[in-house]
Amino acid sequence: MADYPLPQVTELTKPYWDALDQGHMVFQRCNACANAWLPARQECPNCLKADMRWEKASGRGKVVSWVVYHSAYHDAFKDRLPYVVALIELDEGPRLMSNFLGAREALRGDLPVTLVIEREQGFALGKFKAA
Amino acid sequence: MRGKAVIAGVGHTAFGKLPGRSTVSMNVEACRKALEDANIPKDRVDAVFVKTPSSARELMYGQKLTEALGIQPKMNFALDQGGAANISLISIAIMAIDAGQIDVALVCYADNPRSGDRAIYSRPRGDDAAYGWFSTAAGYAMIHQRYLIEHGARPEHFGAVAVACRKHGAANPNAQVRKAITMDQYMASPWVVDPLRRDDCCLVSDGGAAIVIMSAKRARELGVDKPVSILGFGHGNTGWEVPLRPELTSTLAKTAAKTAFAMAGLGPKDIDVAELYDCFTITPLMTLEDYGFCKPGQAGPFVSDGCIEIGGDLPLNTSGGLLSETGMPGMQLTIEAVRQLRGVAVTQVKGAKVALVSNQGGTMHTHATLILGN
Ligand SMILES: [Zn+2]
Repeated sequence: MADYPLPQVTELTKPYWDALDQGHMVFQRCNACANAWLPARQECPNCLKADMRWEKASGRGKVVSWVVYHSAYHDAFKDRLPYVVALIELDEGPRLMSNFLGAREALRGDLPVTLVIEREQGFALGKFKAA
Repeated sequence: MRGKAVIAGVGHTAFGKLPGRSTVSMNVEACRKALEDANIPKDRVDAVFVKTPSSARELMYGQKLTEALGIQPKMNFALDQGGAANISLISIAIMAIDAGQIDVALVCYADNPRSGDRAIYSRPRGDDAAYGWFSTAAGYAMIHQRYLIEHGARPEHFGAVAVACRKHGAANPNAQVRKAITMDQYMASPWVVDPLRRDDCCLVSDGGAAIVIMSAKRARELGVDKPVSILGFGHGNTGWEVPLRPELTSTLAKTAAKTAFAMAGLGPKDIDVAELYDCFTITPLMTLEDYGFCKPGQAGPFVSDGCIEIGGDLPLNTSGGLLSETGMPGMQLTIEAVRQLRGVAVTQVKGAKVALVSNQGGTMHTHATLILGN
């Protein structure tokens, strides 16, 4: 477990990971055009301006799609098989990759989900379970 | 620009495991064979366009290749665009010829992920690796799953693509895998990343392939045998990474096909044989829909009942595609289209006059379409 593939925190992404550490998810919103997105960028991909703020997400969203890993591409995931990586759309619009926790049988398109913070080696990750 | 340029020659290496061969070496072999096929000396070539190998990134790759080819072309570069690069380079060659910049172009590609480094296919996907998000296949699996959600498709719809490609590959003496499968075998094949089964996934292959492009006029002057006419081409690039894509089950392949069909003055009904990029079975299914062969969500029923096998309405990937002939990304599809239009394919479609080729790369990020005729 020594080499769990933790995110590489940068100046750009630090507010995102710090927020999860404090128990909530944030996303970026453009001050010029109100576009909202993840992951962190230096410019708005809509109007291209570099004028944005971090906004707190409700933690609610839905499952867009998912895959199930039955074999591990990294040793850290060997003991977790099978595990689900899900594409989540937040109620506020931004989309992200995450894990779906709970019974796979419950998964369906557009399933409402809610944020769960789980820690790996003390590092807070944002995962989701059925709402 | 319809019909102004031709494919004058094609060549390729063996496909499969070629240990000890550098990508430059395989490119040279493919180029030599393509020049022999066109029956022209290498000194005629004044452009070399090459797709970058995925297994080993090198700076100034185009220059390394022209040194090995012993030529000093007017134009030369390597393109990093994933599996769409081959048709993109063909398009650029045609436009450069039409602009009077060059006369004869070699377009080529070689890679050796099978005996060399294939780490790129199982790579961590950035910070999302913290959630276990790894591999090229998983991105396609995510799209495949969304397709199941939106369209209620059945596994057998994907299986029909695998069965057809493996059947065609089994007939091809140059194919890396010459083993047909039944639908039952497809259904029983193990998960790679659920919903992707092993038999949904293309081969990992060493190999090289090349084609010679020139104007139709120059081909006549040089007495090129059986030149194949380029009727249309088009491009479309879906910028978003998979999680950020507002729509997962359609891509800018739609735009690429629309542009190519408009240039050719043709539509899906005019296509006699289709060579559609089949890195994973979901890809040709979505391509059929985006190209207008059937309505959204209807590709499953469309490919069932032998429609895409030799003798069917739209024979698909007649030499086996990436699923059976070789996993190398794309050029072999154009080469098979050329064989079909020359009437020399092993799985010859009787009277084939118009062939369609799709190339795509990344996780359906890049797309290019080519329409050929004889
Ligand atoms: Zn903006």
